[in-house]
Amino acid sequence: MTTLTDTAAVPFHRTLRAEWIKFRTLRSTWYTLAGLFVLGIGIAALAMDPAAASYRDATAAERLDWDPTALSLRAFMLAQLVVGVLGILVVTSEYATGMMRTSLAATPRRHRLLAAKAVLIAGVALVVGQVLMFAAFFVGQALLASYDVPNASLGDPGVLSAVAGSGLYLTAIALLAAGLGVILRATAGALAILVAVIFLVPAFAELFPSWTQGLLDYWPTVTGTAVTATVADPDFPHPWFNVGGMCLGIAAVLVAAFVLFRRRDV
Amino acid sequence: MTTIAIRGLTKRYGPETAVDDLSFTVEPGQVTGFLGPNGAGKSTTMKMILGLAAPTRGTVTIGGRRYADLPVPLTEVGALLDAGAVHGARKARDHLLALAVSNGLPKRRVDEALARTGLEGVADKRAGGFSLGMRQRLGIAAALLGDPRVLIFDEPVNGLDPEGIRWVRDFMRSLAREGRSVLVSSHLMNEMALTADHLVVIGKGRLIADTGMGEFMRSNGKGTVLVRTAEPDAFAPLLTAAGAAVREGVESSLVVSGMDGGEIGKLAAYHGIALSELTPQQASLEDAFMELTQDSIEYQGAGA
Ligand SMILES: Nc1ncnc2c1ncn2[C@@H]1O[C@H](COP(=O)(O)OP(=O)(O)OP(=O)(O)O)[C@@H](O)[C@H]1O
Ligand SMILES: [Mg+2]
Repeated sequence: MTTLTDTAAVPFHRTLRAEWIKFRTLRSTWYTLAGLFVLGIGIAALAMDPAAASYRDATAAERLDWDPTALSLRAFMLAQLVVGVLGILVVTSEYATGMMRTSLAATPRRHRLLAAKAVLIAGVALVVGQVLMFAAFFVGQALLASYDVPNASLGDPGVLSAVAGSGLYLTAIALLAAGLGVILRATAGALAILVAVIFLVPAFAELFPSWTQGLLDYWPTVTGTAVTATVADPDFPHPWFNVGGMCLGIAAVLVAAFVLFRRRDV
Repeated sequence: MTTIAIRGLTKRYGPETAVDDLSFTVEPGQVTGFLGPNGAGKSTTMKMILGLAAPTRGTVTIGGRRYADLPVPLTEVGALLDAGAVHGARKARDHLLALAVSNGLPKRRVDEALARTGLEGVADKRAGGFSLGMRQRLGIAAALLGDPRVLIFDEPVNGLDPEGIRWVRDFMRSLAREGRSVLVSSHLMNEMALTADHLVVIGKGRLIADTGMGEFMRSNGKGTVLVRTAEPDAFAPLLTAAGAAVREGVESSLVVSGMDGGEIGKLAAYHGIALSELTPQQASLEDAFMELTQDSIEYQGAGA
């Protein structure tokens, strides 16, 4: 019998490429991505008409808060759910089908396998998130211009960082979702937690005790909203600081995911 | 030479012990049949070999190394634990390609594995639409990708039609002939009799037998002899007097144990009794297996 490769361990980029093949050879991947763009750009487009109307009705004082950039980036709210589904499925679809056992037999170093999955989903979300948020920005601004209300261009102060920041925010959410997928090992459970985190907790924030309010400044969706703003918000003087805090929280979830992934039987 | 060495392997699930201090060795160049009734711990043992489940105690090594320490695992061990362990929405070829790439294997290995398992025709179909037999073949193709020296199959003939069973059996034999170590689990003794060179029998997680197939047949397949004569009523007492145990078989035949065919023939000739048939019977291996494991059957059928 001949050996097909030398005895050196398989390099990481091969593990990563295998994950990419698994990702791109599922039709559901492409349907989800198509859905993401339709939803994301569609919302950005549809929201501009009522936004323009509210500008026309606004008082001079209210017009000081007019933030066309943030309005066109509002689509991140739903986009984060779709990106999250993608992140969850990279992990849980393998548990649901039993594929995880086959993957781990081929790559028994568990941290390596999970790292490849994390790099893959982060890379995909980074590209997709940036393309989506830039597209939403340009579509939104073009529509605002056509409605004859003030609009933003990339060169305006704070605009580039808001657009790029919202794309990066989506990347962080994709990683959070993948971590939840590992911890819960089931699509439904991970999705329920993700929805609770990104929608329910911010929506019911007033109901929580006051000592949690500080924590909420670093909560997903809250930080996403803060980072898309180009008009200074006194509550979030440094939105990137809040995003950084959120990333620390997500890193903690990922650490838990890595620990559990190594320790659990499959 | 790559052997699988299992030493003192134990796996507990809560209070239940699925595998209990199990030790045996899977040698190259032969098919080792891994037998046991439902729930005996076969699949759990195989999962521990592959590092999918962590042993509570004990070790498993493949050529002296833990599975997780193999630098390119698919080139050393190929395994089919569960034919369902594929993503049904992925095409067979893509499934194999991802596995090959993950171990740095050349793309041509995918085509070779597809060819060896006769799956070329359906390579671009989604695995979810495969019949059970095709899925078993896909699992075997995945196991063969890296041309490994050790192969592990968990009930590969489960759900296959007679043709598929025969194909798998011949396939296992040819893999062993090529010098590989082949470990195959089953709960069908008769199937193993045709496939395995060596037998490891477990029950309730414990080792019951670890023996060559031939030796197992000799010691457990205690022969009886079927005797047919025109005068069974006259011959039966003579056999009993000579020390044999006799019971009536079908169509007024006699089933004799404790004497071999030659002795029975001589006895008949001595007493001038004409025999029309004298056939040694192999005791059913299934019976031997049942006897061996009857104390350790976890889920006894009601009224059995
Ligand atoms: N993940 C698990 N959690 C709890 N108990 C388990 C788990 N996996 C297996 N067991 C138990 O361990 C025992 C051995 O199971 P195993 O699947 O290894 O048996 P088996 O010999 O493969 O049986 P079969 O012939 O039915 O496939 C059984 O009692 C089973 O219920
Ligand atoms: Mg089993």
